[in-house]
Amino acid sequence: MKQTITGIGVSDGIAIAKAYRLETPDLTVEKLTIEQPELEIARFEAAKDEAAVELEEIRAKAAENFGEDKAAIFSAHLLVLNDPELESSVKGSIEQGINAEFALQQAADTFTAMFESMDNEYMRERAADVRDVTKRLLAKLLGVHVSDPSTINEEVIIIADDLTPSATAQLNKQFVKGFVTDIGGRTSHSAILGRMLEIPAVVGTKTAMASIEQGTSLIIDGTDGTVLLEPTDEEKLTYETKKTTFEQDKELLKRFVSESTVTSDGHHVEVGANIASTDDLPLADKNGAEGVGLFRTEFLYMGKSDFPTEEEQYDAYKTVLTSMGDRPTVVRTLDIGGDKELSYFSTPEEMNPFLGERAIRLCFEHPEMFRTQLRALLRASVHGNLKIMFPMIATLEEFRRAKGMLLEEQKKLQAENVQISDTYEVGMMLEIPAAAVIADLFAKEVDFFSIGTNDLIQYTMAADRMNETVSYLYQPNHPSVLRLIHNVIQAAHKEGKWVGMCGEVAGDPLSIPVLLGMGLDEFSMSPSSILKARAQFADLSKAEWEGYIPEILQMETSEKIIEFVQAHS
Amino acid sequence: MEKKTYTITSSEGLHARPCSMLVSAVTPFKSEVTITYKERTANLKSIMGVMGMGIESGAQVEVTADGADESEAIAKVDDIMKKESIGE
Repeated sequence: MKQTITGIGVSDGIAIAKAYRLETPDLTVEKLTIEQPELEIARFEAAKDEAAVELEEIRAKAAENFGEDKAAIFSAHLLVLNDPELESSVKGSIEQGINAEFALQQAADTFTAMFESMDNEYMRERAADVRDVTKRLLAKLLGVHVSDPSTINEEVIIIADDLTPSATAQLNKQFVKGFVTDIGGRTSHSAILGRMLEIPAVVGTKTAMASIEQGTSLIIDGTDGTVLLEPTDEEKLTYETKKTTFEQDKELLKRFVSESTVTSDGHHVEVGANIASTDDLPLADKNGAEGVGLFRTEFLYMGKSDFPTEEEQYDAYKTVLTSMGDRPTVVRTLDIGGDKELSYFSTPEEMNPFLGERAIRLCFEHPEMFRTQLRALLRASVHGNLKIMFPMIATLEEFRRAKGMLLEEQKKLQAENVQISDTYEVGMMLEIPAAAVIADLFAKEVDFFSIGTNDLIQYTMAADRMNETVSYLYQPNHPSVLRLIHNVIQAAHKEGKWVGMCGEVAGDPLSIPVLLGMGLDEFSMSPSSILKARAQFADLSKAEWEGYIPEILQMETSEKIIEFVQAHS
Repeated sequence: MEKKTYTITSSEGLHARPCSMLVSAVTPFKSEVTITYKERTANLKSIMGVMGMGIESGAQVEVTADGADESEAIAKVDDIMKKESIGE
């Protein structure tokens, strides 16, 4: 059967490959009375053996693809799987006539409840490991299939309801050619990841999981959001040609790689890369990044079994700073909570996670975790041009408190005779409207601002960016958003401070002319967007757009502003 | 039966890596190996049992091995404790 599904194209390019479904299976168990406990125990042991073999395989694959470090979580899973206490508890229940599934669920619940009730943060997080292992074992007992993305060994297009950051940490970049997810929008994690990996992604398809079977032949076009099921040979040919053209255009942009970003009237702006790990550095260089405008450190914390140590973090920061050399490198301190969770760290269940305990707020709640990161950053500061950025700052007190903790760690390190750069900068992410309104007060104390548009827009418009029914309100060019941005840039420049932008808007061709006119100093974006942006800047005159700003700031709607930009560029 | 007392020096206590290392190290031995902390005893071959005790840094613990290869088991524990700076 032939079919086309349409979603939102969020990462350009074309992929032609088979579908790989990332499933979340139904693992509900019923309590049953059994007659022959010996048979039930044998069934449990067989499931355990199968799970052990599978975990060994995954561990080996993960070690091969991502290094021993990321594989450690599966070693921990193996220990839980083979735990004698868990085993004796399950066998004890089976001997009393309870089926293996229920006995396992019961034992696992007891252990997770015990871990969750403990005083120690780390122990509470271990509950997640027990749940993971239980799921694997239950799937074996129930005979249902659980996807193991780390075992993929051929070219595939991933089909999923949604991609969580922790699930994507297990994907093998070599074989994943594209993503299709039923939920999400331009700024959801799968979209950002798609652009980061330079592979096409289509999100918000709603029906992909329901209509695409495992192994279905697919074509996806990440530019217009088309997903073709079982394409004909003719269609394949058409898209092969489109793919070649796309790749040739990309080739043409390469002449901008070694050039700096200069407008037609000779004004220089910095175009930097958003990166998530040291793995992204080659991509940033390949695309001629003039700096790193956002290093999202939370990915150092993801896909692991425990917090990264100070040493591990220091190594990562040092690698990034050394590789960037003199080029500015903005490192954002840990930003979890909201939609980003860690398997070993239970963030509170909240009614409104985006308005709750996330980012800097969570760091204040867990000062040890935060201080470890600050120490690692300070130690790495001598290796490059470091700019430390605190996320989710709403009040001056918060900024002062975070900076105070940083300076305390600096004193401690200096007392230990550790070398620290005396030119590193301390700034903040500007993503809360409250902070944008009083940017003049902040500007006296920060070294720089970086505007995080993804959150600034959703907080300004009071519209959840993951909620499709209110997505019409997610308007990057809304007059309110532009006025806030303008206010921030004016306030910063008055104090001689620089302003960057690290949200998706910074790389949007429709927003670039306006931001340039407002005087934004740094534009940070997915590495794959850099060359296109640089080519656009070369055709824009800063003086001309500066002249348009008063007029633009008086426009009533996004639509008018977009029309104006299109007519003048 | 062989016994040995340790003070846990690992900054994270007996969790995570230190705990996995000890459990993995003693699992192959035939002897029963247990750890006692604050008058509670857990099977040192059970990661959940040991972690369930919530042993913090600075705690005094006693490791006991009982069985055919008890001396080897204790020697192995001693080796890991010192080599990985878990306890002394």
